[in-house]
Amino acid sequence: MKHRAGFAGKKLLRMALLLLGVSIAAFALMSVSPLDPLQTNVGQAALGSMSPEQIEQLEAYWGVDTPPVERYLGWLTDVLQGDMGTSLLYRQPVEQVIGQRLSNSLWLLASAWVLSGILGLALGVVAGAVRGRLPDKLIRGYCLLISGTPAFWLALLLLLVFSVWLGLLPIGFSVPIGMDGDSVTLLHRLRHAFLPALTLSITGIANIALHTREKMADVMESDYILFARARGEDGRSLVLRHGLRNVALPAVTLQFASVSEIFGGSVLVEQVFSYPGLGQAAVSAGLGGDMPLLLGITVVSAAIVFGGNLIADLLYGVIDPKIRRGAVRK
Amino acid sequence: MIPILEIEELSVSFTQYERGLRKRQLSVIRDLSLTIGRGQVVAVVGASGSGKSLLAHGILGLLPYNSHMEGTIRYKGQPLTPERAKALRGRELVLVPQGVTYLDPLMQVGAQIRRGRKDEASRKNCRRVLDRYGLAPETERLYPFELSGGMARRVLISTAVLERPQLVIADEPTPGLDAGAAGRILGHFREIADEGAGVLFITHDLELALTVADRVAVFYAGETMEELPAANFEEADRLRHPYTRALWHAMPAHGFAALPGSQPLAGEAEGCLFAPRCPRCRESCREAGSIPLRRTEDGTVRCLYPQEGGKDL
Amino acid sequence: MRESSGRRRALIWFAAAGVLLAAVTVAGLLLTEQAMVSDFSRKDLAPCFRYPFGTDWMGRDMFVRTLAGLSLSIRIGALAAAVGALVALALGVASATLGRKTDAVISWIIDLVMGIPHILLVMLISIACGKGFFGVVAGVALSHWTSLARVVRGEILQLRQAPYLLAAEKLGVSRWRRVRRHMLPHLLPQFLAGLILLFPHAILHEAAITFLGFGLPPEQPAIGIILSESMRYLTTGKWWLALFPGLSLVAVVVLFASLGERLRRLLSPASAHE
Repeated sequence: MKHRAGFAGKKLLRMALLLLGVSIAAFALMSVSPLDPLQTNVGQAALGSMSPEQIEQLEAYWGVDTPPVERYLGWLTDVLQGDMGTSLLYRQPVEQVIGQRLSNSLWLLASAWVLSGILGLALGVVAGAVRGRLPDKLIRGYCLLISGTPAFWLALLLLLVFSVWLGLLPIGFSVPIGMDGDSVTLLHRLRHAFLPALTLSITGIANIALHTREKMADVMESDYILFARARGEDGRSLVLRHGLRNVALPAVTLQFASVSEIFGGSVLVEQVFSYPGLGQAAVSAGLGGDMPLLLGITVVSAAIVFGGNLIADLLYGVIDPKIRRGAVRK
Repeated sequence: MIPILEIEELSVSFTQYERGLRKRQLSVIRDLSLTIGRGQVVAVVGASGSGKSLLAHGILGLLPYNSHMEGTIRYKGQPLTPERAKALRGRELVLVPQGVTYLDPLMQVGAQIRRGRKDEASRKNCRRVLDRYGLAPETERLYPFELSGGMARRVLISTAVLERPQLVIADEPTPGLDAGAAGRILGHFREIADEGAGVLFITHDLELALTVADRVAVFYAGETMEELPAANFEEADRLRHPYTRALWHAMPAHGFAALPGSQPLAGEAEGCLFAPRCPRCRESCREAGSIPLRRTEDGTVRCLYPQEGGKDL
Repeated sequence: MRESSGRRRALIWFAAAGVLLAAVTVAGLLLTEQAMVSDFSRKDLAPCFRYPFGTDWMGRDMFVRTLAGLSLSIRIGALAAAVGALVALALGVASATLGRKTDAVISWIIDLVMGIPHILLVMLISIACGKGFFGVVAGVALSHWTSLARVVRGEILQLRQAPYLLAAEKLGVSRWRRVRRHMLPHLLPQFLAGLILLFPHAILHEAAITFLGFGLPPEQPAIGIILSESMRYLTTGKWWLALFPGLSLVAVVVLFASLGERLRRLLSPASAHE
């Protein structure tokens, strides 16, 4: 157990260093940008409605006069004290905007993550188990087609079919427009989140299914599958008992690695559906020159991605008997 | 008495793709005949790459989809169709594979032996077979990576005797073991045969095969060169095929004389496949299409000019 | 028994796909001027014989605009994929040959780049480069090299164990010479397949980033711009503005993806059974 705790500690340290790296990289990219944060369109509009003190404060924070390293260190000190700055667009503390947006997105991300994970695994296992036969060809065809389809275009199509033509679902936003916050029901939320979640799930399946298929095909050609068949196991028992067990490890990695992809997809999909989530906030922040918010979102999303990887690594230790019984130390 | 297994003129070939999607037919076993009776251990001896493992897979109906099989296999007198093999394997037809890679790396040994059954009878049976091969009950809860080489072999054998096997196919069950451990493992096979099953023992090690086998089939480039009683190996004079003699001379006890040259791929040459390395090769050996099997008083031989006791037959 | 019809079919397929993609690229290039011509006498036409993809609210021919957009996408995709592949090659080789420290640093950078969701990273880089053509190419190229770099690194580490290279090292053949003379030629097939497989990703991300407004300026007839504009007219029933340009983009991307996939399969005999 001791080496496991040490393992987790090392991973955490590495994750913290990577996050630091991400924030430095993002900050550097923003500060070399020729687009002045205080001069871009929306930024200007925001400036117009600010009090002179606020502008002064902002300029002190983001001003061109302060060297970037000093600005970064200032930002970092504040962040470590729980202050991620003030969003120019929303005129609220960045952490508050992110928290609120993230809670909107969480529904979307979680359902798409779970759905695409389960369906992707199932399709991949089936395709790999019957490699070369018709179901495999169909699944592979679907995956290749979907991985060539931009998520935002798929979102447009679904919007066109379900909302414009069939009129079944609302056009966008997370709740009916103009409705009082208290009268919004769970059903409203579900109806509004349905299409974005569907789009994300459909696109997320392809990658997971394709990779699972490769692994499954390898497993099916292994010695132990041959031996299991020689012992009279076949069909479902073979796939469920040995196939699933042995694709479980790579599947865990894939599933947690897909967090990044699903988040990336949500940026596009939320934009199409005007869904007020974190992804849409990132786009608005980028377009509006809201650097504190964009920086915050980048760091938070990277933290989510690294957190996913960390969980995958720890889960490995639980699933893989070699690590669990301490035979190998990673 | 009807033999357990009769193989007649069995041929196996593969459709293979080379780099760049070129397709060709690759013959791995050609015109193989073999008979195994009750209580018999028949050893198939051949250098690696002679198609021995595929023989095992062919009998069990486990050849890959891009393969093609001809000839007849009869099990207890009835043709062994793929459907019949499927119904029998794991019960009457059992395979004992080479090593630990044939166990699911992520499943405990006990669960694998029991094939996932959890009822009390299966558990008891599992402990019984483990005990039979001197494995402690704790072995059940080990993962394959925690087994030593010898333990892994014993676990694999114990899977074979879970039910009452009639035909045990052992595919190189001893590599990597020292002579003592290998001898003990072979003793287990002898024991299974003595209980009435037929054992097909596939190996590259003639010396080892002779310690346990009743009959020996010598395999070369996918063909049986000679099939004869193991007792004949006591004297080189009772070996009729030049290749069998070459193997005999290569044994440590008989001078360790290695045969120069290397084995061709099955179906790569015309005439006798052994001709290029044969000390007694004649013109006609290279010309004949394929050499037919010839009956001898106690076996078969695939040679145009077989010898016995220094004289041509 | 040899059969080369499979190979011939693959070659014909390659040639056909290549010619088609080249034709789209050239046609789109020649039509760029025409794609911006607006004519209000023919605005808002549904697809018909004369305008197979319909026209938009300014009377621009959507078929011509789509072709021009695809061409632009292919050209940007090619450039970005090429730059990305070169970055991957350089860092992959460096990681595998310049010792442990370099390897650790490069692995760390790869982890870092993979940690930021792709789209966000492309956005950030594009913003850093002031958006526009340069921003898109830099953004896509600098966010897509990681997996190919890992492949290159893995291949070289394996190659280094080859007996002839161990011998060359013992004989004192210089590191750079070993890489150039003995490793790069072996890497070429893998690298080419990787490069072609980068294409579809590059094209998709170019379209996405332009769609969001961080890429090409709105006056360019890019697919991302076309689709982004179509969004405003979706609720009024002008479905053709979104459907056909998107479908064409999918077709081009899938074509590139299967080209790369086939090339990869041709080059690795192990997977040739399918």
